[in-house]
Amino acid sequence: MQSIINSLYNMRSLDELAKKESLIHSLHPLVKLLTTFIYLSVVVSFGRYEIGGLLHLIFYPILIFSLAELPVVPILKRILYAQSFIIGICILNPLFDQHTIILGGIVISRGWITFLSIFIKGGLTAAASILLIATTGIDRLAVALRMLKIPRIFVLQLLLTYRYITVMIEEVSRMVRAYSLRAPGQKGIQRSVWGSFAGQLILRTFDRSQRVYQSMILRGFTGEYNTGAVAKVNFKDFAYLAGWSLFFIIGRIFNIPMFIGILVIGVIK
Amino acid sequence: MHMADALISPVVGGIMLINTAGVAVYSIKKIKNDMDEKKVPLMGVMGAFVFVAQMINFSIPGTGSSGHIGGGMLLAILLGPYAGFLTMASILFIQALFFGDGGLLAYGCNLFNLGFCTCFIAYPLIYKWIICKGAESKRIFRASMFSALIGLQMGAFSVVIETFISGKTELTFGTFLLMMQSIHLAIGLVEGVVTATIITFIWRARPEIIEKAAIGEALGNIYIKKVLIGILIAVVMVGGLLSWFASKNPDGLEWSIGKNSGTTEVKAQDEIYNTLQEIQSKTVFLPDYSFKINEGATQAENAWPSINSGTSISGIVGGTLTLTLATFIGLVIRWGKRKSS
Amino acid sequence: MSHHKLEVRSLNFSYPDGHEAVKNISFTINHGESVGIIGANGAGKSTLLMLLMGVIFPHSGEVLLGDVHVTPKTLPMIRQRLGMVFQDPDDQLFMTTVYDDVAFGPRNYKLDENEVQSRVTKALNLVGISNLKDRAPFKLSGGEKRSATIASVLSMEPDVLIMDEPTAALDPKSRRRVIGLLKSFEHTKIITSHDLDMVFETCKRIIVIKEGEVAADGTAVEILTNVELLDDCRLEIPLSLQNCPRCGKGKA
Repeated sequence: MQSIINSLYNMRSLDELAKKESLIHSLHPLVKLLTTFIYLSVVVSFGRYEIGGLLHLIFYPILIFSLAELPVVPILKRILYAQSFIIGICILNPLFDQHTIILGGIVISRGWITFLSIFIKGGLTAAASILLIATTGIDRLAVALRMLKIPRIFVLQLLLTYRYITVMIEEVSRMVRAYSLRAPGQKGIQRSVWGSFAGQLILRTFDRSQRVYQSMILRGFTGEYNTGAVAKVNFKDFAYLAGWSLFFIIGRIFNIPMFIGILVIGVIK
Repeated sequence: MHMADALISPVVGGIMLINTAGVAVYSIKKIKNDMDEKKVPLMGVMGAFVFVAQMINFSIPGTGSSGHIGGGMLLAILLGPYAGFLTMASILFIQALFFGDGGLLAYGCNLFNLGFCTCFIAYPLIYKWIICKGAESKRIFRASMFSALIGLQMGAFSVVIETFISGKTELTFGTFLLMMQSIHLAIGLVEGVVTATIITFIWRARPEIIEKAAIGEALGNIYIKKVLIGILIAVVMVGGLLSWFASKNPDGLEWSIGKNSGTTEVKAQDEIYNTLQEIQSKTVFLPDYSFKINEGATQAENAWPSINSGTSISGIVGGTLTLTLATFIGLVIRWGKRKSS
Repeated sequence: MSHHKLEVRSLNFSYPDGHEAVKNISFTINHGESVGIIGANGAGKSTLLMLLMGVIFPHSGEVLLGDVHVTPKTLPMIRQRLGMVFQDPDDQLFMTTVYDDVAFGPRNYKLDENEVQSRVTKALNLVGISNLKDRAPFKLSGGEKRSATIASVLSMEPDVLIMDEPTAALDPKSRRRVIGLLKSFEHTKIITSHDLDMVFETCKRIIVIKEGEVAADGTAVEILTNVELLDDCRLEIPLSLQNCPRCGKGKA
């Protein structure tokens, strides 16, 4: 039950962050969405043994963190949590990959390379998604989705889902709490009441949706959903998108950290 | 079971996004045509419910541990396949954004695995098939249970295919498949029974809910056709990409071959030699950057076996410097902002 | 102004399970009146409200707003003129910000965005929650949510306000605020509630429903001091009128 409350807290805190004012927050949501997608595509396009070539991409999340003044630790925790599936699958890579390489005199399995590569990619991609929502918020993201011609019904339904998660969390926690007060020592809902516990909640949910529907049609809803006016994309937004895209793509073609390394070593020499 | 972006390639991600987008558009059309706007708040509120329900601990008798449900089958049975699919789409979208649970690029894959497999394959082929002989308590239980179980298995299978085609994991197809299918068999059993007990309860309390969801979805030609087309697309995709994959990244196959024929040690030595060569050539031809960089790029890209530049010394130095630089810039900006505010 | 008159003629309605919820109810509410509809739980109040709004349709009898019958065809127009505030604000605040909720109605009637904005601002001002316009509904207190739902209905500029238990679950200060709001509105008001003290304060006329029928229809003073009548309908006289030291009425 604690995890339910925690999730609520997490979502609310991200929602709150999205409402702040900053350079990044004021950018047009469509631009942020597109930049995120290009970033994700570039990160993911690197081969499995690439690590160095990826590293310059860390500029993107770091810059957003600073310019948007987002708290680093809580978001980092989220990213780490999101990595758990990846870690689960790839932790055995060093065992599976029989090839070894020598790194600075130590012989290690090549599997560590692939593991590290995926770990870094996972971190960067998770960061990009979470930073997107932390600087945009679901409302403005919905505007961006509409601009991409995503059907209105779907966007409305997405917003409704988001809106009612809080309500559901409260309802479910109430029932879970009431249950646990009468079921001491149990770890979860026991088998004999699986059906009725969740079933009751579902029936109540159906009833609620009925009332929501009524309140919607009583205010004129006929199946179409109108968002408000859509803000225009201006030069600043364009520059943001173009600038980052250029950086990502150049970094994809040329290995920038390598470049820096060579430069430095050359200079030292 | 949510797939992260790092596990798929852009091609796989893109294809799945397009596929599921098509299914979504079709589902929306269906809902509009059937004048089912009543379903919109239902999808929203039920979506929120399943989102939260995924966190409920259902304690598994006899093991002392608990399980969780995914909810795909539940949604299909209660809302019908089209609304169920769209609801799953919203849930996954919010999870991807707010929790990083499943990536945005992998969104199409996840929607396919958790939404399409349940709503458009398991639901019509298994649930409806068992039910069409008449709806009564035992049959509903069996139908819900098996469709949930098999739907999950199919989803797990898709994960394996998608990961494998993307070529991002070192696991062999066989190992990964075995791992995923068996884990999800256990999960599927729990989900199957939970779904079945819930549906049976609802059916006893308010049967019209389940009956309404099923109206209009005749198990007939239209459905089978859609499913077959979906499978056909999947087959073409698999076939086309497998051949592309095989030519570009022979690692997986080669690794298995290498392991069997004992040639790995030899290969490792070659690699070390190559690394030393590379370092030498790179530090010697210092002024001629453009030439070197292109070389490095093509080497990393096409040749096999090649050592990615990230493992050579320059790469490591450069990498460390890049990270330091980035962090430094980040801190400077923060410091600057704090000063000004 | 007869076109604001709400007329109910011989309404009859039964639920699918056979329960006769509304039996032959008739009354007329004139422009500007504030009417309280009271009755025990299950007496048929909510069903009556649904019939007024055209959410369900009677088996016989009719509802007229002005000279317009409430039928499926006339619903869009009727719903613009009758605004209903639900009992549970969470059912009515379904958008992600207060502004969007209040704007939902006007936007559905295809008004242009400037007009929508001015209506929303007006509604929020009337209710006194302009500062909450960008707030998410889960961040609102009970009283604020209630105010927001009222605003979301006011933005459609209805002629008649129908409110189902407006003061339920509110703390005393919020309740007082809502009462003040209701008293300030010039719309025709129809209020159902168990909070008889609030009804006494805000409504001049009372209709008592008992088992699906109109048991009484008169002024607030007449009805809410009639101990026997209210007792018969499974109600009590308002707390503020009980234990009257002078006439000894309503000794609890």
